[in-house]
Amino acid sequence: MSDDLVGLAFVTGLLAAAVRMATPVVFAMLGEVLAERAGVLNLGIEGTMLMGAMTGFVVAIKTGSLWLGVLAAAAVGMLLGLLMAVLAVHLGLSQHVSGLGITLLSTGLAMFIYRLCFGSPTVPPTVVPFGQVAIPVLAKIPLVGPALFDQYALVYLSWALIPAVSVLLYRTKIGLRLRAVGENPFAADTAGVNVPLVRTVSLVCGGALMGVGGAFLTLAHQNMFLMDVVGGRGWIAVAMVIFGNWDPVKGALGAGLFGLLDGLQLRLQALGLAVPFHVFLIIPYVVTVLAMMSVSRKAMAPAGLLKPYRREDRGG
Amino acid sequence: MPVSEAAAAAAAGPIGSASCRPLIEMSRISKRFLDVVATRDVDFAVFPGEICALLGENGAGKTTLMNVLFGFYTADSGEIRVQGEPIATPSPKEAIRRGIQMIHQHFALVPPMSVLENVILGHETGAGPFLDLDEGLARLAALQSRFGMNLDPAARVWTLSVGEQQKVEILKALYRGARVLIMDEPTAVLVPSEIVELFKTLRTFASQGNGVVFISHKLNEVMEISSRIVVLRNGQVVASRATARTTPRELASLMVGGEVVERARRSGGGPGDPVLEISGLEASNDKGVPAVKRVDLTVRQREIVGIAGVSGNGQRELAEVVFGLRTPSGGSVTVGATRLVSGDPSSSIAAGMARIPEDRIATGLLMSLSIADNLILENHGSGEFLSFCLMDHDRIRRHGERLIHEYHIKATGPAVVAGSLSGGNLQKVILARSLSSRPRVIVAAQPTRGLDVGAAQYIHGRLFEERDRGAAIVLISEDLDEILAVSDRIVVMYEGRIVGEVPADRAARDQLGLWMSGVVG
Repeated sequence: MSDDLVGLAFVTGLLAAAVRMATPVVFAMLGEVLAERAGVLNLGIEGTMLMGAMTGFVVAIKTGSLWLGVLAAAAVGMLLGLLMAVLAVHLGLSQHVSGLGITLLSTGLAMFIYRLCFGSPTVPPTVVPFGQVAIPVLAKIPLVGPALFDQYALVYLSWALIPAVSVLLYRTKIGLRLRAVGENPFAADTAGVNVPLVRTVSLVCGGALMGVGGAFLTLAHQNMFLMDVVGGRGWIAVAMVIFGNWDPVKGALGAGLFGLLDGLQLRLQALGLAVPFHVFLIIPYVVTVLAMMSVSRKAMAPAGLLKPYRREDRGG
Repeated sequence: MPVSEAAAAAAAGPIGSASCRPLIEMSRISKRFLDVVATRDVDFAVFPGEICALLGENGAGKTTLMNVLFGFYTADSGEIRVQGEPIATPSPKEAIRRGIQMIHQHFALVPPMSVLENVILGHETGAGPFLDLDEGLARLAALQSRFGMNLDPAARVWTLSVGEQQKVEILKALYRGARVLIMDEPTAVLVPSEIVELFKTLRTFASQGNGVVFISHKLNEVMEISSRIVVLRNGQVVASRATARTTPRELASLMVGGEVVERARRSGGGPGDPVLEISGLEASNDKGVPAVKRVDLTVRQREIVGIAGVSGNGQRELAEVVFGLRTPSGGSVTVGATRLVSGDPSSSIAAGMARIPEDRIATGLLMSLSIADNLILENHGSGEFLSFCLMDHDRIRRHGERLIHEYHIKATGPAVVAGSLSGGNLQKVILARSLSSRPRVIVAAQPTRGLDVGAAQYIHGRLFEERDRGAAIVLISEDLDEILAVSDRIVVMYEGRIVGEVPADRAARDQLGLWMSGVVG
């Protein structure tokens, strides 16, 4: 009987951890889906998340409002998305170089601003993070209830965004245009769709989601800002976009799987086995690589991805 | 529906009928690309009920002029009026709003989307931000029945044939309420039966008081479909004629600015011994689907065999297998007494085979290398260009200079990068490279595609010279005119098989057309 209870508690704890681990990846993955479905690979994602994490934390501490922190993170994400649009869409520069450049810039800038605000204290400042919000009735479901329905508000927001992005892509006029721009910008252009505008808006909105994904890390998942707080989750999100074949729902399932493995490895570490803890740390990443190897063969990227579009390039 | 009125207008013809106001009017349009003048001071108009052909060589400015009309390019100077009203800020969106639609040579379709989604893109139906596909579906169905089309609205565009994709483009235009339809070389990719259907659709459209601009460089087509013909040369209008009052001969000379030279007849003897023997050849395409099915073909010395067919019927794969670029799943290729090693291009080169590839830029040349380097790509390992195992740049440069001169390549020197050359000159570089080794077999795939009449004639002339020298030549082309003009013998490929064969002097165009569309009898 008591063994059963331990088992149940283990499962519930694991699920709850999986959800928490998956949430920042889900936000970022949705942002990347928006950008890539419009034809722009945004490798600024890792840096954008870090800037979101830093900005959210700093603003929350300075204003005392966690939600203002989240909004500020979204705003910074939008700015970086706009920068990406200027470089990769309007100037037509290489998407790889522009994105990596933004990540490098953000990495330096995040630390710089953090130091400006707090110097380098021996004990890093902390914030009182978001508390869990239990959903009545649902949170009482055995096993999954406490894991899924006693979570941070941002977790629920990420869940709501998955179908929202799906509906946007497949059921709205804007979505049709966005997909057309990503697949064949020439076709969209001749149909009277403003290709640079659609790509810019996608990058800006996607950037906002990446920023919020970053803020989740410092305002809910943890209560402080560290330089490695993002820890490659941006790149995982890029991988999840491919894993999910550029579909928000499938991408979110991938992010959930990643979160589950991340939660599992934490628990394996806690077992105190005679194995270096690094081995457990790499599990989610190794499985991601393996999953990518099997799935990405069949991946069908938007045909216009990575290609800058300029109308008169076609010449005479 | 003022059909009778429009029909009357069409019958009378716009020329000389002052009462007929033009649908669109372009005046003194000039457009430059960097240093190249694409169009200069062009006046052009389209009248209700007419199909106006815009005729000219490649690079004459036809497509540029129409891209300006469609708002896709911004003119440097000049004015566009739609039914008397000037367009202030030209853009595709504005053009579409004013009833101008252009169907580009490369279709502007989104392959993974459905027919319906493609048609409504940019003009989506539904309330607020949401899509309502049912409403679009009803309008599409009405259009289809009005113009006698029958496409499945739910079909993904990539699953459709080229002819069907073109119909999607036309439906897109009609859906947006086009009054003027610009078609850029619409028949280039169609089989004869599809061309007949297209012409019927265009006539129906024009007869309802609309206008069509038909861009082409094919005289026979233009004579058949148009009511008026405007000829462009070097970016300027050189003539406007009522179709009934002109002849293909006059048009051809207007186009090239002089009388068309008749094809050079053979000077050597007739075909000699078999050189290239293909037997029972089978191969799959990139998707692993059988594309070449038991092809047998013999090409003799001093013979040009033309392989006709609509694109995608296995010609590309056949050319690749013969040259060793693709591994066959069965059969053999022999040059003289040498059986080629399958999937090994160097054995083909060693056996004396030369290749003129279908896509000069993707698989023919390295655009960032110099002309001289491109010219030795296939034989850079030979002692001719080496000294002490290193590349001898002096010899490579001299080799380049000689071929540039010999093949009339327009470039300032052998160090010029290939990427800066025009299409015709790129093709001359390829010719120079492949022919300078005096090959026994030449496999030429689409050697004149995208080239103007002058460059095409030069290429054909070279092929004739090679034939008369004794080469066995396989010419693969989707252009039936080219096949008829150049070949000694014609075979037709359909779905990977050779479905017909005929000596060129006894070939009838309609018979070839039937074979090309799979009617074998």
